[in-house]
Amino acid sequence: MYIKQKMIKILAISVLMLIGSVVATEDQQFSIPEGPQLGQPATAEEVAALSINVFSDGRGLPEGSGSVVQGASIYQSKCIVCHGAGGLGGSAEPLAGAKMGLTGEWPEKTIGTLWPYATTLFDFTRRSMPMTAPGSLNNDEVYAVTAYLLYLNGIVDKNLVLNKETLMQVKMPNVDGFINIYEQKKQKNK
Amino acid sequence: MSKKKNTNKLPNSLKPVAGNGLLDRRLFLQKGLTFTALTTAATVAPSVIAKASEGSEKQAEIDPIRPPWMRQPGKPFSFYGVPSPYEDKVVRLPSANSVLQGNGASWSPLHQLEGTITPNGLHFERHHNGVPQIDPEHHKLLIHGLVEKELFFSIDDLMRYPRRSQTCFIECGGNSNSSWNKNASKSPLGYSHGLVSCSNWTGIPLSTLLSEVGVRKKARWLIAEGADAFAMNMSIPLEKAMDDAMLALFQNGERLRPENGYPMRLLVPGWEGVLNVKWVRRIELSDQPVMARNETSKYTELLPSGKSRMFTLEMDAKSLITSPVSSTFIPEPGLFQITGLAWSGRGKVKKVEVSADNGETWAEAALDGPIIPKAFTRFRMPWRWDGKPAYLKSRVTDETGYVQPERDELVANRGRHGYFHYNAIMTLAVEEDGFVTHVYKAEDDKNSGNLGIDADW
Ligand code: HEC
Repeated sequence: MYIKQKMIKILAISVLMLIGSVVATEDQQFSIPEGPQLGQPATAEEVAALSINVFSDGRGLPEGSGSVVQGASIYQSKCIVCHGAGGLGGSAEPLAGAKMGLTGEWPEKTIGTLWPYATTLFDFTRRSMPMTAPGSLNNDEVYAVTAYLLYLNGIVDKNLVLNKETLMQVKMPNVDGFINIYEQKKQKNK
Repeated sequence: MSKKKNTNKLPNSLKPVAGNGLLDRRLFLQKGLTFTALTTAATVAPSVIAKASEGSEKQAEIDPIRPPWMRQPGKPFSFYGVPSPYEDKVVRLPSANSVLQGNGASWSPLHQLEGTITPNGLHFERHHNGVPQIDPEHHKLLIHGLVEKELFFSIDDLMRYPRRSQTCFIECGGNSNSSWNKNASKSPLGYSHGLVSCSNWTGIPLSTLLSEVGVRKKARWLIAEGADAFAMNMSIPLEKAMDDAMLALFQNGERLRPENGYPMRLLVPGWEGVLNVKWVRRIELSDQPVMARNETSKYTELLPSGKSRMFTLEMDAKSLITSPVSSTFIPEPGLFQITGLAWSGRGKVKKVEVSADNGETWAEAALDGPIIPKAFTRFRMPWRWDGKPAYLKSRVTDETGYVQPERDELVANRGRHGYFHYNAIMTLAVEEDGFVTHVYKAEDDKNSGNLGIDADW
């Protein structure tokens, strides 16, 4: 069935006389309509300015640093209004204070119990928070508030100064708590 | 619309095909049979009927031979048409964060719609931080990372690329999540299962753009990012991007609406809604997923073991009865059409079966064609309700042989705290007085449970 569908697709494309190159990835071949090649080259600086993805292996973490203590005061002024004191009890979701773990009748999914990577916390805070003024924190402030949230979740101690090296030393409790369904399906299909 | 007529006209030769009054789907092909449309009849609550008779004096003023709208010229032409004022109850239901109006979702009124294409203004919405009003002159797509050439694409340039159209559904991974709750939601269907919609999308195959930038051998994932206040990022396997994903510019023939990603969005057919990144402005090619907040903390499904399923991506097959509707009345016994929607993220719907006796017997429903892979398929089933309690269910099988599970089976496999990817069979109980309610099981107390609208998504 799958192959039939593919063939129909390829046929449809050839009817349109748009057959271009055939790109080979590891295990599939695709027929691709060719475009007019109008993309404009981006300079390394332009790309760097827009690249804010932080990967779980630390790629993308910027220079800069911030401490738990500094993070506490940023949290009081910029986050507490929605997330509550100590990360609990605000209008937005709890960021700390889980007592129940992930099993049982009332599992609590928070940074401390569920999140597999500290890099995600940096990436997300920098791109999306605070909701009313996203993009307003500089890298030092993001490191600081990340440090504070890790502290509130009992993952690091009060003296931590977070930077791109120390952040990679943080081990999240639930790092092994995930089953990659996509990879699983791929293995099965092989 | 006299109901007596309906029952009288039933041919004597017509035998039920399954328990509790389900009739042969070929019945629709027979001439001279009148069906009461459940959607209209059933949504008229007794209070409304009372009101209508109070207003009958007013009704009398309208001359049926030459009503007022036949005695004066109609309205002039319009630049952009809007629905009849008499249809102003057909609306999305927003459920947003009380502090942040743009954080939340709005539900598509599936129970008020027909066919398989969702009108653009009624497509469900899920925004994390509002709808950006993007000036297309200041919006470009950057493709970079593991590529030969890092390139920007302006909208004007993209409009010159070869396009294709594809009809497909988009379903939020969190759709139907209230069904994980202990008590069955009593909301009208769309307001608890309407984070799914289906459109005809037109855009540029992602593979065309990826071949222009030249994907490096080591690349396995795309990380897409939106240009809204949330700047949401999501990882998509390269294989899928090269297969049937597109950069969509048009929805049902017109340019995308702002709430659907104007000026451009990703379309990742059959996969979780959140991957169809709206307002997309950047795609990074990488050897690994980014492990974004929305693929770790959210859109993962916690299992009873404490482990979570991650990168579930594909939406499993699901079907829902859109008429009759929970918390409404079937006016009286007679001949009706049960109808609903079925879809599968894996491909085409192969068949939909309907049961009126709580799953003891099933009969195959008629499917409106053409059946399109990864798109809504409309099913229809003739039913003669005899005025006794009935339990209606629908069950889809897709072309891969996957069968929609019963709720017990889904919950046994996943627990109740997965939150996402709920696709179990839904049961509607019909009481003797015609009242329809959503229940999990025949023996459930029909009055228990959540009477409100579900605020989660
Ligand atoms: C105006 C309210 C508001 C403010 C201020 C705010 N947040 Fe949030 N935050 C939210 C909402 C709402 C969400 C959920 C977003 C969604 O729908 O996905 C959220 C989500 C989060 C999450 C993800 C939680 C999870 O478990 O997935 C983190 C982390 C977070 N915020 C950190 C912060 C930090 C740090 C600050 C201060 C710099 C901050 N927030 C300020 C409203 C706010």
